[in-house]
Amino acid sequence: MKKIKQFIPVIFLSLLSICCNNATESGPSNTNQDLSQTGGGQDNVQDNESQKDIVKIAIGSKDHSTLVAALKQADYVDDLTNAGPFTVFAPTNAAFEKLPAGTVESLMKNEKKSDLQNLLEYHVSIGVFKEDMLQDGQTIGQANSEKIFIKKTPDGKIKINGTANIIAAIPASNGLIYVIDEVLLPPVKN
Amino acid sequence: MKLPFPKTWQALLLVSAALFMLQSCKPKGAQSAVGGDAASKTYVPPGKYDELYNFVSGGFSGQLSVYGIPSGRLFRVIPVFSVDPEKGYGFSEETKPMLNTSHGFVPWDDAHHPELSQTNGEIDGRWIFINGNNTPRIARIDLRTFRTAEIIEIPNSAGNHSSAFVTPSTEYVVAGCRFSIPMDNMNGDVPISTYKQNFKGTVSFIKVDSITGNLKLAFQILTPGVNFDLSHAGKGPSNGWFFFSCYNSEQANTLLEVNASQRDKDFIMAVNWKKAEEYLQQGKGKKQAVRYAHNIYNEKSHTAISNIETETTILDYKELKDLIYLIPCPKSPHGCDVDPTGEYIVGSGKLAALMPVFSFAKIQQAIADKNYDGDYEGIPVIKYEAALHGEVQKPGLGPLHTEFDNNGNAYTSMFVSSEIVKWNVKSLQVLDRVPTYYSIGHLCVPGGDSRKPYGKYVIAYNKITKDRFLPTGPELTQSAQLYDISGDKMKLILDFPTIGEPHYAQACPAALITKNSVKFYKIEENENAFVSKGDKETKVVRNGKRVDVYMTAIRSHFTPDNIEGIKMGDEVYFHVTNMEQDWDVPHGFAIKGANNAELLIMPGETQTLKWIPEKTGMYPMYCTDFCSALHQEMQGYIRVSPAGSNVPIYFGTGQTANPSEAAKTE
Repeated sequence: MKKIKQFIPVIFLSLLSICCNNATESGPSNTNQDLSQTGGGQDNVQDNESQKDIVKIAIGSKDHSTLVAALKQADYVDDLTNAGPFTVFAPTNAAFEKLPAGTVESLMKNEKKSDLQNLLEYHVSIGVFKEDMLQDGQTIGQANSEKIFIKKTPDGKIKINGTANIIAAIPASNGLIYVIDEVLLPPVKN
Repeated sequence: MKLPFPKTWQALLLVSAALFMLQSCKPKGAQSAVGGDAASKTYVPPGKYDELYNFVSGGFSGQLSVYGIPSGRLFRVIPVFSVDPEKGYGFSEETKPMLNTSHGFVPWDDAHHPELSQTNGEIDGRWIFINGNNTPRIARIDLRTFRTAEIIEIPNSAGNHSSAFVTPSTEYVVAGCRFSIPMDNMNGDVPISTYKQNFKGTVSFIKVDSITGNLKLAFQILTPGVNFDLSHAGKGPSNGWFFFSCYNSEQANTLLEVNASQRDKDFIMAVNWKKAEEYLQQGKGKKQAVRYAHNIYNEKSHTAISNIETETTILDYKELKDLIYLIPCPKSPHGCDVDPTGEYIVGSGKLAALMPVFSFAKIQQAIADKNYDGDYEGIPVIKYEAALHGEVQKPGLGPLHTEFDNNGNAYTSMFVSSEIVKWNVKSLQVLDRVPTYYSIGHLCVPGGDSRKPYGKYVIAYNKITKDRFLPTGPELTQSAQLYDISGDKMKLILDFPTIGEPHYAQACPAALITKNSVKFYKIEENENAFVSKGDKETKVVRNGKRVDVYMTAIRSHFTPDNIEGIKMGDEVYFHVTNMEQDWDVPHGFAIKGANNAELLIMPGETQTLKWIPEKTGMYPMYCTDFCSALHQEMQGYIRVSPAGSNVPIYFGTGQTANPSEAAKTE
């Protein structure tokens, strides 16, 4: 008998939790669950009609799987889905492969997340810098507060930080992507 | 008098009896009227969609508001008959023609009864119609874009009240006049006391194109000088008929408060609109010269065009048999509502102590048998008892309007007794009643005037909300109240404030509309005469005193954003094209001192602001709709020089020096 008495509160509690579960289930019955998302960021918005944003373009490019993986690891997918406007310098997979062996793998570790974020921020300018606005000797402040340097040769070719070439310029709904052939390395701080 | 109890007992008995009576007679307070599960029934978690759209008339705001049910959240106010500076509606050159009428530009109206389009008697989610009561107009709103697509003025009408209700497959949207008046083609300058000779009513049938939705005034039926109040289409067996409630069969022209309440019964007018179509086909309509505006917004050119139409076709019941019949209905009927089966027609006499329910089958039988009680100005009056299915006895005070659920029940609003009364259509038994807070007008069951009601809720639209919300001075918000009707008893679960005055409303499952929702306008399909499809097409063109500025807006700049060479006396048109092709990224455009409003330009759209500078100087312009991280940078300048100045036209974005000016100063 004593044992049963001890169980009563447990039974009561479990009953209560069943009731509570029912209550939470009855809430969403008023809503169109299949019509809306919840809990996710802007990158979860279902929209296959609008012009693609920077993230959607990157995800659709087979040459940018490393960059996309890095954006996911850095939690920057949602940010680059935002209204912008951004200019994103997007290194190709080949560009990442030029880095010393093990660099990417190392940056993808959780304890290196802030380094990865810093690297990615160095590839993002706030504002749309079209090619005809880029001038020789120009500097652009990047999202991590460091600057990149623009070099424009007399024949109009642009190099970023002296070495990275622009392979393609792709307009996105929330800005502009420059596909580049090298990863831009932020200046090392003393 | 001696009672067989000690005094203290007597006192106790009295007190408890009094308490009991107080409890049972006093209208229940808000707290006691709301069930414990109300919150979970109306709670829509953040990020979740509502189950239903609720389109609520904005009354004297002239607009249509859109709420979510069950949350009561306001999503949008769609400008219809009134200008809306927030959206540039009625202020941009493209939208100004929407508010044109035969009286000129009328920037306001009193919007009453929205009605969703239907196919086979079921809501199809394509369009919603609403009437302008004051300057008689019917609007069609496109539910792909939630914008007013078309407005047609109604000639031979005043107080366009018993509108804008549709036939079961939206063949027609109808409009009936609340005021009888001398018809438009006669001299209206007559003594008001000649009402009975000179004043007539009309009910108008406006054809709706089944593909485009475009409206065309098909015919108007001339009627005696009564006042039409509300109406609803027959459906199912009664498809082909339309029913209009009318009051003032006394034909009073002054102090209607008293003089239009003399007779025991006014009428419900039954119109055989299929018969009307036959007469029309046979050429029996009479063409009449009138003037009315017809305004259509073209979604490709993003421009409204207003035409003045000059002809209407009149069907005269005096010459055309079997077109209309009258059914006596007690005391100034308001609601005239047809149940989902199409067999029963409910009249709600505002001043009546009972509600008659008419049977369509009996009406037909009575017509076949010529079971008439004489005529009213030549219209056969069907014998009341011959048309009657039965009466709802003592339903409440001031019955106004009835809608239906999917279980054979009706819900009637009672203005005077501030309550909703639920009753069974067949048995006519009252099943339940709940108070509303306060003075309910119309009510809405989702799909409740269609062949397939969705049921689940009834929403009350109240005229008075004293003490229900935080006070806001002499005028308080008007309100909607949501009741759960899924059980036997109606349960109040939510109050929410509404804009303007909510008259009628409609509601439907959200999926009927969300599936067609437009996210942006395609720039390649933009046919605006002044579009710039890219920065290279931007320019400033002077033609005498007229200056056209072709501009683009994209995150986060205007092209051009520096403009010079505007002179005093110029009439400047800023044609701004929003180059975005992205959902929910409008840009705004505003100029310091502009006398009209801002523009709000949807993605892919072109809108035009007309501007006449009033003095020389520098005029900043900027984007008003927070579009991006650099929204605050989305700005520029317009330089205005004196008339006769030789400052040349200059425009650009991103140029740091103005070459012409630099050349001049050298």
